[in-house]
Amino acid sequence: MNVPTFIAAAARKRRTAPALARFVSHRAALASVVLLGLIALACFAGPLFLRNSPIDNDWSAIALAPTLAGGHWFGTDELGRDLLARTLVGGRVSLEVGLLGTFVSALFGVIYGATAGFLGGRMDAAMMRIVDMMYAIPYLLIAILMVTLFGRAFSLVVLTISAFSWLDMARVVRGQTLSLRSREFVDAARAIGVHPAAIIARHIVPNLAGIVAIYATVTVPSIILTESVLSFLGLGVQEPMTSWGVLIQDGAQKLDAMPWLLLCPAVLLCATLYCVNFIGDGLRDALDPRER
Amino acid sequence: MAMLEVQHLTVGFERRDGPPVTVVHDVSFALDAGGTLAIVGESGSGKSQTVMGLLGLLASNGRATGHVRLRDENLLGMTPRALNRIRGDRVAMIFQDPMTSLNPFLTMERQMTEALQLHRKVTRRVARQRAIEALERVSIPDAARRIGMYPHEFSGGMRQRVLIAAALMMEPDVLIADEPTTALDVTVQAQIMALLREMNRERGTAILLITHDMGVVAELCDDVMVMYAGRAVEKASARALFEAPLHPYTAGLLGALPRLDAPGGSTLRTIPGNPPMPGSGGAGCAFAPRCAVALERCHTEMPVLESIGAPPRLRARACHLAVDEGAARQPAPGARP
Repeated sequence: MNVPTFIAAAARKRRTAPALARFVSHRAALASVVLLGLIALACFAGPLFLRNSPIDNDWSAIALAPTLAGGHWFGTDELGRDLLARTLVGGRVSLEVGLLGTFVSALFGVIYGATAGFLGGRMDAAMMRIVDMMYAIPYLLIAILMVTLFGRAFSLVVLTISAFSWLDMARVVRGQTLSLRSREFVDAARAIGVHPAAIIARHIVPNLAGIVAIYATVTVPSIILTESVLSFLGLGVQEPMTSWGVLIQDGAQKLDAMPWLLLCPAVLLCATLYCVNFIGDGLRDALDPRER
Repeated sequence: MAMLEVQHLTVGFERRDGPPVTVVHDVSFALDAGGTLAIVGESGSGKSQTVMGLLGLLASNGRATGHVRLRDENLLGMTPRALNRIRGDRVAMIFQDPMTSLNPFLTMERQMTEALQLHRKVTRRVARQRAIEALERVSIPDAARRIGMYPHEFSGGMRQRVLIAAALMMEPDVLIADEPTTALDVTVQAQIMALLREMNRERGTAILLITHDMGVVAELCDDVMVMYAGRAVEKASARALFEAPLHPYTAGLLGALPRLDAPGGSTLRTIPGNPPMPGSGGAGCAFAPRCAVALERCHTEMPVLESIGAPPRLRARACHLAVDEGAARQPAPGARP
């Protein structure tokens, strides 16, 4: 019996974690968790074990193509900095911003959207008008304002991105909630005296799991890319620190001369996004008891 | 003494484009402790909104006025918080469609024990044990295992039994069943009715049954209130009503029942026309346009609900026709010539 089957069997036996059992039996999702874990581990611990630092210049190896000899496995950039080290270090920022930002936006978007959709009527109208107003504010302007006022800080970047990325989630969730709240099981919950907040938490939110999981997987790449835009404008991470977004943008400009500058970080970003997508898929199936 | 007493209940809805509509007009009835009352009527006659109104479950643009007393508490004057303490505890409700009134994402255990954990201080373990016992009482085999399953793993009849079990666990004073068998097929319907009857006889739960099915009424209920276009048109004991309906509409409903002993080849009787839209009625009796024996007066003057006879054979109806020449004499409305 291999490991996933074993975990699945154990979880099924306990019956307390059928969702876990279903998730584990989704092979692609399980493999994605492992791969994403490896990528994260490489990004956070990897640079400590590398011979080359992401910042120091190796003047003997300027613009070197990827090679197994000499330790520059991903090659170097035009300043002789090791691309492998830079990609891994850049991954820290991108993973943190992407996952943290998505988490915050999903959390806030679900609470806000479900509340608006469930309450309905004037409250809903007022809450969604606030969202519309937020849409009208250019987020770059706010980002610039924040950086000018509070200085350049990583947490500020995450905060700014999250402050705008929950808007879409709130809209999607609200739409779904509108259709859920007229379902009879919501009436049934009201008829046994469940408080509206508890109805949202216990009855509405589990029904939103699928759409939230899917939408969150779309949010991760968009946030990683937003971060690179902010960095490009000098609002996010700054040289010599870097992120995948920044590396990809640099690499795209030197595509004809040094294609590896684009390829290496892009491959890691793609791998991450695929993992997130499969995990989202697995989560959606796992959270829906009808999927067996 | 009445367990649930409803007096002059009126339910209306605000509309964005137009004047508010009233869907229930001045309805009064009483349900005794351990009694059974049926509210009968076509779709749109206001029977569901009557109970939604008395439990404070109307849509947000709805308003209910009048007096609703559960023993000695006025339900209509209550804060939502106080009402939440009563709903699910002393008054339980079963909905029409068992396929949609269970949350597809939660196990049966969580849904069945929700009310118990909310209203009584019991641990999850005890709640689970009670739920298993309740499932066994409604003859769900292998209850201990099934309680961990999800709604989609149950058939419609089983789901309705689960919902009844959940209501039964709370041992409510009043059970409101809103067309509990409409979505089920006939054999399952018989099981569900048997369960409700058992709950009423053995535990003394008063049952308020909402239905459009006269056959279901005959099986379970002591008393009947017939509603048409948001008004009570006839109230009587079930026996008296089936023996001699005094309102042409009631007679029409009874006449429209399919009968096995009818002569071969007879067509199913119907009441011609459709019930009026709420708010569209004129000055007269709402049923007059469809009534085969309507008088001129019926179209211009609204009949009031009048008592007939004396207790215990007291009944009431809202009709201008003389009692003895009324519904009993007429050919069933809609009978083909």
